[in-house]
Amino acid sequence: MTSTYERNVVLSSKTFDVVGTRPVRHDGHEKVTGAAKYGADLYPTGVLFGKVLRSPHAHAKIKSIDTSAAEKHPGVLAVVTAKDFPIKGGDQVIKVGEGTANIKYLQDAVMATDKALFKGHPIAGVAAVNVHVAEEALALIKVDYEVLPSVLTAVDAMKPGAPIIHPQLRTDALGDTKKDNPTNIDGHVLHKMGDADAGFKRADVVVEREFNTATVHQGYIEPHNTTVNWGRDGRVYVWQSTQGPFDIRDATAKILGLSDSMVKLTPLEIGGGFGGKFSPYGTPVAALLSKKTGRPVKIIMTRQEDLEATGPTPGSYIKVKIGATKEGKITAATAYMAYESGAYPESFVGLGAMAIFAPYDIANVTIEGFGAICNKPSTAAYRAPGATNAEFASETVIDEIARKLKVDPIDFRLLNAAKEGTRRADGPVYPKIGCVEVLEAMKNHPHYKAPLKGKNIGRGVAVGWWINAGLQSACTITVNPDGTCGLVEGSPDIGGSRTAISMQAAEALGIPVEDIRPQVVSTDEVGFTAGTGGSRVTFATGWAAYEAAQDVKRQMITRAATIWDVPAESLKMEKGVVMSKMDSELKMTFKHLAGELNGTGGPIVGRGTVDPKGVGPAFAGDIVDVEVDPETGKTTIKRFTVVQDVGKAIHPSYVEGQLQGGSVQGIGWALNEEYFMTPEGRMANSTLLDYRMPTALDLPLIDTVLVEVANPGHPFGVRGVGEVNIVPPPAAIANAISQAVGVRMEVLPMKPGAVMEAIWKSGKNGNGAKLASAAKAATATNGKKTTKK
Amino acid sequence: MPTKTYVQTTINGEQVEFLCEPRQSLLECLRDILHLTGTKEGCNDGNCGACTVNMDGRIVCSCLVLGVEANGKEIGTIEGVATPKGLHPLQLAFLEGAALQCGICTPGFIVASKALLEQNPRPTEQEIRFWLANNLCRCTGYDKIVRAVMDAANRMEAAKR
Repeated sequence: MTSTYERNVVLSSKTFDVVGTRPVRHDGHEKVTGAAKYGADLYPTGVLFGKVLRSPHAHAKIKSIDTSAAEKHPGVLAVVTAKDFPIKGGDQVIKVGEGTANIKYLQDAVMATDKALFKGHPIAGVAAVNVHVAEEALALIKVDYEVLPSVLTAVDAMKPGAPIIHPQLRTDALGDTKKDNPTNIDGHVLHKMGDADAGFKRADVVVEREFNTATVHQGYIEPHNTTVNWGRDGRVYVWQSTQGPFDIRDATAKILGLSDSMVKLTPLEIGGGFGGKFSPYGTPVAALLSKKTGRPVKIIMTRQEDLEATGPTPGSYIKVKIGATKEGKITAATAYMAYESGAYPESFVGLGAMAIFAPYDIANVTIEGFGAICNKPSTAAYRAPGATNAEFASETVIDEIARKLKVDPIDFRLLNAAKEGTRRADGPVYPKIGCVEVLEAMKNHPHYKAPLKGKNIGRGVAVGWWINAGLQSACTITVNPDGTCGLVEGSPDIGGSRTAISMQAAEALGIPVEDIRPQVVSTDEVGFTAGTGGSRVTFATGWAAYEAAQDVKRQMITRAATIWDVPAESLKMEKGVVMSKMDSELKMTFKHLAGELNGTGGPIVGRGTVDPKGVGPAFAGDIVDVEVDPETGKTTIKRFTVVQDVGKAIHPSYVEGQLQGGSVQGIGWALNEEYFMTPEGRMANSTLLDYRMPTALDLPLIDTVLVEVANPGHPFGVRGVGEVNIVPPPAAIANAISQAVGVRMEVLPMKPGAVMEAIWKSGKNGNGAKLASAAKAATATNGKKTTKK
Repeated sequence: MPTKTYVQTTINGEQVEFLCEPRQSLLECLRDILHLTGTKEGCNDGNCGACTVNMDGRIVCSCLVLGVEANGKEIGTIEGVATPKGLHPLQLAFLEGAALQCGICTPGFIVASKALLEQNPRPTEQEIRFWLANNLCRCTGYDKIVRAVMDAANRMEAAKR
């Protein structure tokens, strides 16, 4: 590419001394030299290696388990099954982390009691001297299964006569009459605003389409891991990489029948999560193996286990109908959504239902969503969970309407964009948001104005919304005599957040960020901190650090007042200098004052705790150019630009990284990734060769624009930036494919076969017939090269 | 009968001896026996590149090499990339270019990129992408990694002058 424009632009609204700069991250040196300790890198004295036997069937009754041969195998020290878990059967709703969970499901997901609900469901755990011996022992465990019929998608699970997975489950949703018939439907949402029927009557153009999206995985590169020591003091010590130290602590304790703080979780460095590292999985199993052996036990999942038995994000069926006037105003929108929940109740359809029309101001909306249990692993969050599926559907239909009306697709979105004061169909009224600003930045971007050259090339756009989370965080800052500060927080650092948090403290204190020494500590050492998820860490834990810095500042001022014998109110601290408001001669640097703490009151510890309410919703938009090979259906990304309202970019490099990484996960979801299930419910592609995530070779550089529409609910205007960027790529790519070869894609992934199918199908109704016949001719020649250059 | 085999090898220029079972991979030997945990396990079947090490000048997935095969070979791991004098230009470029997020794939990328720059000091963007196609990164979208490798090439070129 020969253009000379800036590939990464920050449209700043306000500048600061530290916030907005690009320092080297505090944990960087350890991570580029191999010194950083990740979850799997710990080898406590006497450590044993655990392995988990997993169900080979998608749905089966467990009639008996015989572990006797495994127990006798040389090198095996312990075997556990569901019988070893202290809490038996029965529904009991408990508080875990910030939410609630049913203890039966929690425990059952970790170790199957009476039925295996998915291929890969844990049946037994073994601890041995090494993994090979543990694997040998797994082969010696005899399980008698009665295979049951399975069901693999939400739509199938909701059909009358579908195999019932949890016989006791009843649909129980707000506003529903609790029915007494067994069902697989574990969630139901219905949002109504205005009158959709009346709205459609006023529309000049109405488009309705049905979409199916495949189950996909977070695909972090570090598999799930845990090392547990059941201490002689009765406490359970856990070291692992997790997004939610307190979530895992609480869930593990509950499953083991302990009070929460009997478990101490020390988070080690984490090798990616994207929402997938919040569930306990092997932790309680390793704990029970440790209790039986009196030694620490380490369990590391294989990649196959990780894909087959940990949180995929739901596959879905979505029907969307949108109507607009010929002037380009949307008059009504409806959606019907069915999301798979996986083996246990946990539906992301609620978030999908919030997301589906969230970027728009539409008066008449009806959204109905269902979550349904099926024989796949329990679904887990994946970067803006629920939203990507939903907005793939709605943004494709929005694009089609714009094209039918011959209105520029960005202009059409601008005509209908949500702004401050717009009410979303699920209730909330938007505070200050940046949807319009994102669309305007897209429209003004050189990429959008660049001419498209060549055959089978198309350009597509789409926008996405995500709610973002606030939630509790805690932080303490201690002042060292040399003027540096220790900063203690509880948010596992998944992408540079230690530094983004420290920068906010440094800004508040007026000292260099290099003078802050951040540490992510165990659940014993910091106040409750919700997990690293929901795009919340830089927002909420950063805010806690800001509050802790304010506390330090107040105390430092008091010390200076003591030293100078003046009222504290007469002093202020700015840019790292304590000074008198009246006497410009009276001042002392932070560093100098830090050396004077001994004798003026002792050490200074600043505290910050938050449970913030001012969360700022996020918007992102993509411009993408694709080339589609009409002979193979393969789509290649030629150029990609992502624009996002980030509120305020604390560390722009890492914010850009979020935009680029999220976009590429969206590209993978759009083009390649899926759980390819056999009819019996086995995942046929459970390796990273066959679960095909994007490689460096599949991609161009990903250009970014950081739009800063300050979030009034945060001291520096931060909005969460981690998630929304995964939302628009599938729709933007689908819209680009439509421009390239004239077909509207209704499935994810839009793999070559799916694109070919769409091309052939479109041939029937004349649309794209030429391409379809060319494609057919290409197939007919069967290997003989056609004239494509 | 002994179950373990004696292996004598060179790791990061140092002679190393260890005992391992014939079925243990080089990755297991590096991590579980020698506790060189900078080399990461991401898939254990050669598809992610997190365990990339240099063996006699070639990059290999250490999960696909048996520990006993390291006998008599020269192995280079991430722990040997920085010297007492300081970080390698690739490491500096990754740090300053924010080319890592979670960092689990970083050792593999740096070991692989180092081998690339040793044989092709001025790679094009496409050559870098081709060379690194066996190293998966799920966080960055590769943009900043590719740029960091180009940046490191520039730094190394400048240092020669």
